[in-house]
Amino acid sequence: MTSVQLVVVGAGPGGYAAAFLAADLGLTTALVDPEPNPGGVCVYRGCIPSKALLHVAKLLDESRHAKAWGIDFGEPAIDLDKLRAFKDNVVKKNTGGTGQLVKVRKVKYLQGWAEIVDAHNLKVKLAAGGEEQVQFEHAILATGSTPAIPPMLKVDDKRVMDSTIALEMPDIPKSLLVVGGGYIGLELGSVYAALGSAVTVVEMTPGLLPGADRDLVDVLAKRVGQVMKSVLLETKVVQVKPEAKGVRVTLEGNVDPKEQVFDRVLVSVGRRPNSKIPGLERTQVQVDQRGFIMVDEQRRTHEPSIFAIGDVVGEPMLAHKASHEGRVAVEVMAGENVAFAPRAIPAVVFTDPELAWAGLTEAQAKKDNVAVKVAKFPWGASGRAATLDRSDGLTKLILDNDSERLLGVGLVGPGAGELVAEGVLAIEMGATATDLKLTIHPHPTLSETLMESAEVFFGQATHVYRPKRG
Amino acid sequence: MPTDFTLPELGENISAGDVLRVLVKPGDTIQKDQSVLELETDKATIEVPSSVAGKVKEVKVKEGDKVKVGQAILSVDDGGGAEAEGERKPAAKEKEAAKEPAKKAAPAAKSDEAKPQKPQPRAAARDAEPAPESDEAEGDEADSDEADGEEIADMQPDVQAKDKSAKPDKPGVKDPSVGPRAAAQDSEAQARPQARDQGREGGAQDDRKVVDINRGARTPAEPAAPAREAPPAPAAPSVRRMARELGVDVNQVNGTGPGGRISIEDVKEHTKRLVSGAGGGAAARSVPLPDFSRFGAVERQPMRAVRRKTAEHLSAAWASIPHVTQCDLADITALEELRKKFAPKVEAAGGNLTVTAIALKVVAAALRVFPQFNASVDMGADEIVLKKYVNIGVAVDTDRGLLVPVIRDADRKNIVQLSVELSQLSEKARTRKITAEEMQGGCFSISNLGGIGGTYFTPIVNAPEVAILGISRARMEPVYQKESGQFAPRFMLPLSLSYDHRVIDGADGIRFLRWVTEALEQPFLLSLQG
Repeated sequence: MTSVQLVVVGAGPGGYAAAFLAADLGLTTALVDPEPNPGGVCVYRGCIPSKALLHVAKLLDESRHAKAWGIDFGEPAIDLDKLRAFKDNVVKKNTGGTGQLVKVRKVKYLQGWAEIVDAHNLKVKLAAGGEEQVQFEHAILATGSTPAIPPMLKVDDKRVMDSTIALEMPDIPKSLLVVGGGYIGLELGSVYAALGSAVTVVEMTPGLLPGADRDLVDVLAKRVGQVMKSVLLETKVVQVKPEAKGVRVTLEGNVDPKEQVFDRVLVSVGRRPNSKIPGLERTQVQVDQRGFIMVDEQRRTHEPSIFAIGDVVGEPMLAHKASHEGRVAVEVMAGENVAFAPRAIPAVVFTDPELAWAGLTEAQAKKDNVAVKVAKFPWGASGRAATLDRSDGLTKLILDNDSERLLGVGLVGPGAGELVAEGVLAIEMGATATDLKLTIHPHPTLSETLMESAEVFFGQATHVYRPKRG
Repeated sequence: MPTDFTLPELGENISAGDVLRVLVKPGDTIQKDQSVLELETDKATIEVPSSVAGKVKEVKVKEGDKVKVGQAILSVDDGGGAEAEGERKPAAKEKEAAKEPAKKAAPAAKSDEAKPQKPQPRAAARDAEPAPESDEAEGDEADSDEADGEEIADMQPDVQAKDKSAKPDKPGVKDPSVGPRAAAQDSEAQARPQARDQGREGGAQDDRKVVDINRGARTPAEPAAPAREAPPAPAAPSVRRMARELGVDVNQVNGTGPGGRISIEDVKEHTKRLVSGAGGGAAARSVPLPDFSRFGAVERQPMRAVRRKTAEHLSAAWASIPHVTQCDLADITALEELRKKFAPKVEAAGGNLTVTAIALKVVAAALRVFPQFNASVDMGADEIVLKKYVNIGVAVDTDRGLLVPVIRDADRKNIVQLSVELSQLSEKARTRKITAEEMQGGCFSISNLGGIGGTYFTPIVNAPEVAILGISRARMEPVYQKESGQFAPRFMLPLSLSYDHRVIDGADGIRFLRWVTEALEQPFLLSLQG
């Protein structure tokens, strides 16, 4: 029997951030998760391993591209076992680290599966066997999400993979079908393409990465089109039939032939919240129609003693959103009057080129009839981009019409994921185009494109001649 | 062993008060719950019952002192600490109870319970900071923070006029159990000082972090989709967080930075303005004064709570409302005969058939005919709030200043009922038994100065109301009679109507006043049209 002030169910980046802050604030804290160490999907089978592989993919692409610069490495020899070991080691390093942090913070870590008994008790079926009762003053549900598999793609065949299996890298298939043109499909598709698979992407909607502005996606799509065998938009998978020589897939849409055979299929159509927590019905916690646990701006559920954060409470399902929410929930418990009220949650697609955005998009502004001005700086005018031989990038600012205030930022190009952070800070701080323009950026870097976008807004960009109209 | 009795928490945002009188002296033997102090707060006059018993050793406050919650009032010699010791137990028990998950209890109720266990007033105020949405439910918790002892909520309406029937009336010592406020406070007074003792002994510190975390809990809404109509206020996360802590909606703050960016200073400035009531009060107070002693002897007296509130409230009303005052003269000769005739009947019912009581009936009827006079202006929302109820305040002169008790649903009461209620409320106001609730919710005010004299005056609208009727002394005057072509002695009542020109046009102003005048002249019209 453990009695704590706070128990956190789920040790992903949201759950462990919450537990660690609680411990730092002096609360007795327990953390429950089936994995041996904190990390969750993000560290074990999501953000971290995929980025390790994407790093390798980028290196492969660049080494091939190096021919254009007079350097020929020849065809790379790929040792899949070693590559897998590198990736696993990255995961191990990360989870080992969080495991250490659990110990030094004296967080009680219970490896196992939680079942809620009532609003102040749960029991944990321990991975090591046996059961542990946990009495708590407050709980945070941070159970995350799982890949969603639509019924027609539910095939009992290990060649039809979700992202988890794909990251385990069972082999490098000759042909791979990626179902879903979102960030997971594009990231993993890029990895397999770099490793030599002929990758086909099918996407139901008219464009890749729904949600991002089209001018940014166009830059990415152009390159993805070169790396992948084909990208089929407005196309649906209607049937999947495993056969001896491959998986036979029937497609519907502007595609020929309608039936194609692939060595493997990756289903990446989205994720669904893990809100079917055993015993949840014994509390007043409510779940909405889409399966998200309902919370208020302080991340309280309908049960006063229980909070919920992360993927299980709603979109965007992103690690950095979850950890911020986790910290807010704990601060609320500590008596602070705070709320989850970000102005911008950055989204990054770690393909090559990377695509990142935060805050208001141009498309959303149009849809909501918000009067904005958009200032774009094409990387063709960036010296740094030229040195990388990557002049196809684009930086754009979405600014309030009257106040010149930055409402949104979008970037596509190598390193966009790092560059977007400056934009997020600027949005949060209520910075104006003038602020960005007057902040000296280091030369030669891609970060200058943010400053020069602001200069474009005033029609005075050093490297772009685009006088202000009117 | 002497035991201190400290000023307990008095609820309803009250953190301090002025000592009106001390009801005990050294050497007196006092019982628990015996009133020891009469305290004037800006809400009401409160008799403070003792939570300790014994022989008074020392009284540590005197009349006119400003005392804060937690300040020592007196000390008693109780012949040993046994009783005090015994009383701590229940408090400790309650603390356990509060920690115990109060699943069934509504969040607000739970936090009320938990409140007395707060070890330090400062910590309590910080933790108690309710989410803006839950202000109502937790009104009595906010702001025991001494740093800004100003009260924001529940400004009590005051007007600068006096009721005709009002007479200064020195109150005697009153039964402490009379009046809802005094009664409500008994239980708190017992629990709280002990809780504080408990805190001093240590051990309560650790609880600070978790005891009350359900405070401010509310039913979660649908997972919030960010509303996008207008861009969110340009304020950095640190600024937004501070605004939230202060209970200020950051979207209402005027940003002075480039692009309207809101700084920490902007939020503070906004908060100050809110506290001082629309800014008018602050400006009025800050006028520098000359050194009067150069001209002669002066004496400085502390401004009592009611006076200060009156000053702030009227400054704000005067600054924010463009006033117009319209006068008229009502021939109440016939009405006066009726009044005298029926006065005994009303007296038998326990009321006083005054001109004010009759005016209440007339105004209530007029508000139904002229709904724009039963309104408030919401400049922030560009809206006019029209009220579907008719509550009328009547200014009453008391020895602690002007109070405005409110007669509810005046339109649904007859003159006898209104007379009785007015008499009762006026008496309560003068004997300090009136509660804050009984002075809230007015739609329109009446101020009758006729008891003292005068002809016309210009009353100030009791914001957020939009009009006020001033009544002066009726007198016999020669009035030209069209029918006979002669002057006849008529009993004429001077009326002064001040109104908010933002929502009421001049023509409507005089239409309203004519309606009232004619109804007073022809009492039958009330039954006919009202």
